[in-house]
Amino acid sequence: MYTNTVMDHFTNPRNVGEIENADGMGEVGNVKCGDIMRMYLKIEGDIIVDVKFKTFGCGSAVASSSISTELIKGKTIKEALALTNREVITALGGLPPVKVHCSVLAEQAIKAAILDYANKNNLVFEELAGFNPDELDHEH
Amino acid sequence: MTKKLYLDYSATTPVKKEVLDAMIPYFTEVFGNPSSIHKFGRDAKAIVASSREKIANLINSRADEVYFTGGGSESDNWAIKGVMRANKKKGNHIITTKIEHHAVLHTCDYLYREGYEITYLDVDEYGMISLEDLENAITDKTVLISIMFINNEVGTMEPIKEIGNIARKHGVIFHTDAVQALGNVKIDVDDFNIDLLSMSSHKIYGPKGIGALYIRKGIKIHNLIEGGAQEKKRRAGTENVAGIVGFAKAAEIAGENLDAHIEKLVYLRERLVKGIMDNIDYVKYNGHPTKRHPGNVNVCFEFIEGESLLLSLDLVGIAGSSGSACTSGSLDPSHVLLALGLTHEIAHGSLRLTIGDFTTEEDVDYVIKELQPIVHRLRIMSPLYDKVIKGGK
Repeated sequence: MYTNTVMDHFTNPRNVGEIENADGMGEVGNVKCGDIMRMYLKIEGDIIVDVKFKTFGCGSAVASSSISTELIKGKTIKEALALTNREVITALGGLPPVKVHCSVLAEQAIKAAILDYANKNNLVFEELAGFNPDELDHEH
Repeated sequence: MTKKLYLDYSATTPVKKEVLDAMIPYFTEVFGNPSSIHKFGRDAKAIVASSREKIANLINSRADEVYFTGGGSESDNWAIKGVMRANKKKGNHIITTKIEHHAVLHTCDYLYREGYEITYLDVDEYGMISLEDLENAITDKTVLISIMFINNEVGTMEPIKEIGNIARKHGVIFHTDAVQALGNVKIDVDDFNIDLLSMSSHKIYGPKGIGALYIRKGIKIHNLIEGGAQEKKRRAGTENVAGIVGFAKAAEIAGENLDAHIEKLVYLRERLVKGIMDNIDYVKYNGHPTKRHPGNVNVCFEFIEGESLLLSLDLVGIAGSSGSACTSGSLDPSHVLLALGLTHEIAHGSLRLTIGDFTTEEDVDYVIKELQPIVHRLRIMSPLYDKVIKGGK
């Protein structure tokens, strides 16, 4: 059902945990759907120097979270905002169709954390125009 | 991974060696078509007849009231569609429950779209129906009550004898899906006033693809599968002779060992439940505490999701199952757990471990030992648990 890469990230998830006094923190998903993803960011200049996550969800949700942290660590905010769920899926070597929503959740969690950073620092990123984590339609 | 521990006996069981040995000649030596008039056919027909008797013995019915099918789902479909279509003059109302197997629920949904009326009874927090609710739901249009013997997810055993009494009192036909009950509890169709009873071979250490439907003599029922004259013209199709022989052998073994089987399963089940509850916090034990399948353990671990738990258990060689949404591909967790009143939050963390004939004390202790660190690891990753340890719950 899952690729070796998904199982590797599920079994040995990278960057699990939280960052004290994170510069940005975002949480998406809901309990009813069975997936909640929370991302913490440490940002210096416009570089994401550290990222951690906590996830309640299936194997695919954990793996999507884990690989997303690897994909944006050391990247600029603009580069992180450009990450799409398709790239998450590709990096995982594929996801079953019914699990694609997990990769979407990872993309949204990153955006939510950056939005939090932007709000705290009075910054505006055009990539986040219209993005509101509280109004996301999270469906499988 | 060296350990391979199977704890999913409610999903299916391995075929016992004695069962397989009994089947093998019926693939290669006694291979005739039971409908053929020659010796090859007559030999096959004879073994089908004696097999029918063995299955009848397990449920205390007459042999000519047992009809072979392709499995439990077909039996459920036949019972419900067949009875409703044959009794249209009497009425169009079915009473069932919210926790039935999909073979019953989807069949009822199908009939609803054809204009039949369905009442889905609620269950209490243990998964038990209310007999009062059942009796109140009966109208002069009620033709059929279809209530499962034992729930396949949480293991709760319904008050079958009392349901049978109510059905008989009101002149309503009573069908029960006994797929999980067969070979795990005593079944007596006469004592329990059961009119139709669905069975499946592969849940009792027999082969897959063969089942049976008990139909009490005199019950009006339409055919589900038309064709030849097999099964007294009620279920067409060349008989799965080897499968029937295997099913019968499995039934025979189950009947001979029933009391010892139940005693062993209950002992291991209680050991497993105690081990889980003593070692892990925030766990909910689902189903009825005593009136349940002897080998069923269904628990919900708060703050984690069932599929993650299953994957982690699989990595240490333990095979279980879950009613979590992520294993079914749907948005909602198990309809059974929700019907018991569990919140989505808790229901997502469900785990079903079902014990069988080949389970040992050592197996149970291994599960207890492995479960605790897995649950801990997943909870450490969970933002829901985070809120609890920080005092947010």
